[in-house]
Amino acid sequence: MDIRVERPAPDTLKVTFLGNLDIENVTKIWRLCVDAVDRESPRLLHLDFSKVDYCDGSGLALIKVLQQKQAKNHKSCTIFGLKPTFQKLLEYIEQRPDKVETSALLQEGLPEKLGHITVDILRDLKENVVFLGILSYQLFLSLLNPTKIRWSDFFRIAEDTGPQALPIIALIGFLIGLISTFQAAPSFADFGAQIYMVNLVGLGLVREMGPLLTSVLLAGRTASAFAAEIGTMKINQEIDALQTMGLNPVRFLVVPRILVAMLVTPILEVFFVIFGLLGCLVVMITLGYTTDVFFHQLYQSIEPIDYIGGLIKVFAFGLVIAGVGCLHGIKTRFGAKAIGQSTTQAVVSSLIMLVVVDGIFALIYYVLGV
Amino acid sequence: MNRIPIIEVKNLVARYGERVILSDINFNIYPGDIFMVIGGSGCGKTTLLNHMIGLLSPFAGDVLIDGQSISRIPENQRLTILKKIGVLYQSGALFGSLDLLQNVALPLEELTDLPKDAILEIARNKLKMVGLEKFFEYLPAEISGGMQKRAAIARAMALDPKILFLDEPTSGLDPISSSEIDQLVVNLAGILGITFVIVSHDVASICKIGGRVILLDNGKIVAEGRPEELRHSKHALAKRFLQVNR
Ligand SMILES: Nc1ncnc2c1ncn2[C@@H]1O[C@H](COP(=O)(O)OP(=O)(O)O)[C@@H](O)[C@H]1O
Ligand SMILES: [Mg+2]
Repeated sequence: MDIRVERPAPDTLKVTFLGNLDIENVTKIWRLCVDAVDRESPRLLHLDFSKVDYCDGSGLALIKVLQQKQAKNHKSCTIFGLKPTFQKLLEYIEQRPDKVETSALLQEGLPEKLGHITVDILRDLKENVVFLGILSYQLFLSLLNPTKIRWSDFFRIAEDTGPQALPIIALIGFLIGLISTFQAAPSFADFGAQIYMVNLVGLGLVREMGPLLTSVLLAGRTASAFAAEIGTMKINQEIDALQTMGLNPVRFLVVPRILVAMLVTPILEVFFVIFGLLGCLVVMITLGYTTDVFFHQLYQSIEPIDYIGGLIKVFAFGLVIAGVGCLHGIKTRFGAKAIGQSTTQAVVSSLIMLVVVDGIFALIYYVLGV
Repeated sequence: MNRIPIIEVKNLVARYGERVILSDINFNIYPGDIFMVIGGSGCGKTTLLNHMIGLLSPFAGDVLIDGQSISRIPENQRLTILKKIGVLYQSGALFGSLDLLQNVALPLEELTDLPKDAILEIARNKLKMVGLEKFFEYLPAEISGGMQKRAAIARAMALDPKILFLDEPTSGLDPISSSEIDQLVVNLAGILGITFVIVSHDVASICKIGGRVILLDNGKIVAEGRPEELRHSKHALAKRFLQVNR
């Protein structure tokens, strides 16, 4: 494929296309043509297609772009020898003017932008508070009357959330225990205090790492799943269907998930801690300590209150993860990208909320001296 | 005409944000009517339906069912109205985790105090009415689109509503399945006297079912009448709408 560029008269540019205008050829000549017209900006652009047998969408696009360039500079452009079929296609495209979105062209000033953002934030806040209110009310009603809970859903969701998450929880727990003990070993060896690594890792796992990391894993796994499930139901109008049946979507979809999370998160946390301690034990044994010594040291270092404190915390984390996940599912808006947005938002917000709640607990436990 | 309308739409205006979708819509539907809403894709048919069933609140105007405003009804009377209506959503909206029988049984379980075996019998009968007696234990994902639509109609009929709203019941179906659904509508209207509000742009089914048609365009009702009247009317869009495919 080639083109011939001539200047038959001053201020006139003639471009002759020698070959078919299909995607491959147009790719090769596009820059050439466009640059030539840009550079010379001729008063008359003459396009000769008499050697062209075939022209597809890319060819038509090239013609249109060249025409538009000329029109924009108030110069003219003539077309010669284009086969009638393609001529018709070109006219057909021209009959349908590009739609100009006037609203998109409106430029927002800073005050308007600020106003919109503030309104959005406030509306979001209101939605969250309303959701929290409805949720608390429905949770309360359900606990008063447990027969009204959808137990079949509860067990299905519990299976997805609990046993299915166990392998990853066990693996990460084990690795965290193993690695943190292993990393601490040289420093503790300097002081001949390697046995105290059990205190460090044990306490760390029970009080902080166990609850937080279990919850972080569940934020990635469960919060996103809840948001996606409920979001899909929203897009699929299933939530509308519930509403017109007079059934409350929160009671129906959110309450079982919250209950599952409150039940399952503490159990998973126990597994996390057990596997973490196992990891620690493995390192201690390779360093020459016996299991007896390990358990004795563990028993000495951890008070029941440490353990209970961790469990209470993880219980609250479970509530946060499930609540935030479901909230973003319910808030899923209209359109194709909506579910992706709400799952992402669910993970991000639940992680932020986890850190905030963890901070609050740290403060409370500090004040209480736990 | 001194019949009492079962649905009244009065000066309804609907907006999404700044975009006006419906402006000043007025019509009445009487008991036993088959009322059809037609119009191009995206012209606001589903939006109109969602206002009529109370899922969306009007920006202005009102929708009355049995003389009661559906958007401003007190919470404790809401259920009484909702029990009078059944809805087939455009996407079917069957619950994916429940099989067909459970789907149809769900509204009965939640909103009535019938014993379990009565509920199951009713649900089975409804599925039989739409010809799905062999598929009680199938999940929605395991059956075809036409079957899903029919199952969703069965669910919409679970509580024996007085009014059935069907949003594009035959779109995306083969001609045989869609004529079966048309027949079902005609039968239900004839035998049970159910009032139908049907959104459709399936010309064959509109003409087969008959009834009264309104044509929406640009947020307004631009033509109104029986299908054959519209086809021979002077209104260009209505004519074009009802003459494709024939
Ligand atoms: N939830 C929504 N938010 C914003 N715009 C919407 C929403 N739902 C529908 N729309 C827009 O409103 C218009 C009418 O939609 P709809 O009533 O679904 O049309 P129809 O059912 O007639 O095809 C469409 O242009 C659609 O894009
Ligand atoms: Mg629609």
